[in-house]
Amino acid sequence: MVRWLWLVPATPVAGFVALVIAGRRSGRVAIAILGTVPVAVSTAVACLVGARLIASPVETRSFTQTLWTWARIGEFAPTIGFRIDPLSLVMMLVVTGVSLLILFYSTAFMEGDDGYARFFAYMNLFVGSMLVLVLADNLLLLYLGWEGVGLCSYLLIGFWYREAATANAARKAFIVTRIGDTALAIGLFLLITRLGTLDIETVSRRAALEWPSGSTLAIAVAALLLGGAVGKSAQIPLQTWLPDAMAGPTPVSALIHAATMVTAGVYLIARMHVVFALAPPVLAIVAVIGAVTLLLAGCSALVQRDIKRALAYSTMSQIGYMFLALGVGAWSAAIFHFMTHAFFKALLFLAAGVVIVELEDEHDLFRMGGLRRELPVAFWTFLIGAASLSALPVVTAGFYSKDLILFDAWSSTRGGPWLWLAGLIGALLTSVYAFRLVFLAFFGDASRRPTGRSGWRMNAPLVILAALALVGGLVELPATLGDKPLFTTFLQTVLPPLTTLPNRAAQMASLQLVAGLVSIGGIYIAWALFIRSRVAAGTLLNLRPIRWLHTLWFAGWGFDWLYDRLFVGPFVWLARVDRADVVDRIYDGLVWAGWIGWRASNSTQTGRVRWYAAGLAIGALAITAIAIFL
Amino acid sequence: MMVDIPLASGLSVAAVLFSLGLIGVLSRRNLMFILMSLEVMLNAAGLAFVVAGARWGQADGQVMFLFILATAAGEVAVGLALLIQFYRRFGTVDADAASLLRG
Repeated sequence: MVRWLWLVPATPVAGFVALVIAGRRSGRVAIAILGTVPVAVSTAVACLVGARLIASPVETRSFTQTLWTWARIGEFAPTIGFRIDPLSLVMMLVVTGVSLLILFYSTAFMEGDDGYARFFAYMNLFVGSMLVLVLADNLLLLYLGWEGVGLCSYLLIGFWYREAATANAARKAFIVTRIGDTALAIGLFLLITRLGTLDIETVSRRAALEWPSGSTLAIAVAALLLGGAVGKSAQIPLQTWLPDAMAGPTPVSALIHAATMVTAGVYLIARMHVVFALAPPVLAIVAVIGAVTLLLAGCSALVQRDIKRALAYSTMSQIGYMFLALGVGAWSAAIFHFMTHAFFKALLFLAAGVVIVELEDEHDLFRMGGLRRELPVAFWTFLIGAASLSALPVVTAGFYSKDLILFDAWSSTRGGPWLWLAGLIGALLTSVYAFRLVFLAFFGDASRRPTGRSGWRMNAPLVILAALALVGGLVELPATLGDKPLFTTFLQTVLPPLTTLPNRAAQMASLQLVAGLVSIGGIYIAWALFIRSRVAAGTLLNLRPIRWLHTLWFAGWGFDWLYDRLFVGPFVWLARVDRADVVDRIYDGLVWAGWIGWRASNSTQTGRVRWYAAGLAIGALAITAIAIFL
Repeated sequence: MMVDIPLASGLSVAAVLFSLGLIGVLSRRNLMFILMSLEVMLNAAGLAFVVAGARWGQADGQVMFLFILATAAGEVAVGLALLIQFYRRFGTVDADAASLLRG
């Protein structure tokens, strides 16, 4: 059964090929079937493989399937091979499961769009690439998947490519992530030249043996890999593409820009944790990047008008938590938060998609309102998603994962109170902005009537994801609440447990109390600001410093402005200066010299036979003269 | 009784003949005369072979002359045929009239 592993990435790719070939000629129903069935097959196989792996004893819980050797260049021989172990199993199950739900949702969401077949073709290619990424047993194949998901992200953000804004957003996403990808590629080159292999297991083993902790080489490799991860996961300083990426269809935002692709950076760092552990400075930077991103993005999420942009900033902020966890060495906590985040963030996006469809493509939060009676399914599921996002204690999945990260940030030997405090402030921001969305979209006065266009095909995935967003956290019960860390134990063969400071571990209960109070307090603040006294909130907003802060946060701390000045502006200026193409003059000169030479040699060809004879005679004379006199 | 002709004199005659032929080829425009001048040049070369053969008492010089004679006969045959074609096409035997191959 484990031998069917290759089918998991292969079926979505086959679905992509089938849709490319047959998509134009097929009807809507056929396209919907072609688009969802391959991923359903993939999910089924993934579940079978997962069941088999979980049933087997702990020490044999990994399996490598080598299909063929990709290329052979001297010693370096990368393979097309897939590896399943607890880490890639978690990634694989979440990716296939969430993809299936979102594709099913899309069959209704994209109904009536001209690019129906194109959409499902891209989505299938994306799922296939993502699965290649998480299952690859060597970094080269991982890089193939990495670029594959980047390509699909570009294609799907620019899905409505006839509008200039979406096309620009797609280009921006592609170019900004490409900066990170370049760093990652250089990191891989470094690994090839130093270790001669890209096989993940061999790299980890040899790096641990050959490189001392803190050596320059380990730091360089880890920093370059981090560059790739930062670009893909939209962390500071390469985060500017994610809010603009919301120009794509909502299911795309849910799948690619919330649940799966943007967490590829987290997966990469967790997968290469041996190398990162050898580079403590880089690991510290990972934690700081995470902490800074979660705070900055949390502030920006607080003031957005566009519901999808608010969710995009929230995604950045939540991935910031994952980076924070990675940075303090809590690898499995990061993967745990990835899982719960995939559930509740996909849910939030899909529920937002229902609202957007019902209000005829309305994205502005301030033109929604009062939808809780008209759209009960969307309301209750969005509420559950928001509760899980704001880590409402005990009943939501988000609580267990975020609490684990906060506790680990506090108690890890690499962590500390400052990182914990950043996470705690982030948690407060999170629950304020999450419930701001709920209150603005679903409470208050109903301004518009929904059209009733969302059917059961859009509501069913919401219910399933809402259930997962509630109970998904029960796989890891902390010491104070049942003490059943199944998830961490399961990942232990791949991801080593955290080294904690002994005296801090005892403070778990009080930390949880603080985190829970912060979460509920954030909800109260949101209620006070957006339900009880909206007028007071309005006057507050008119104060000059707050107004200024609002503008700054709304523009995402002005990073776009800064990058426009720093990089885009000078580049455009350079292009304008070089409009006459100075470098091209050299080549123009070459062309001119060639032309002159042609004219000169052409003039000797008179077509007159006596002229040629004279040439022969003079030539013969000259050669004879040279032979005699020299 | 053969009279020995000095090598230098024989070769000088050959050189003079060759130069006359070359000047003819280069200066005449009538194709007929160009062909005739070519014949002179060929015979000058043949003369040089014969003189050299006589100088060293070898038969090779005369053998080469026979080769040149055969080549010259072939050249005249092809050359005259071309001349006739040339005349039919251009209505003249002026070599400069045909310059279609100019660059």
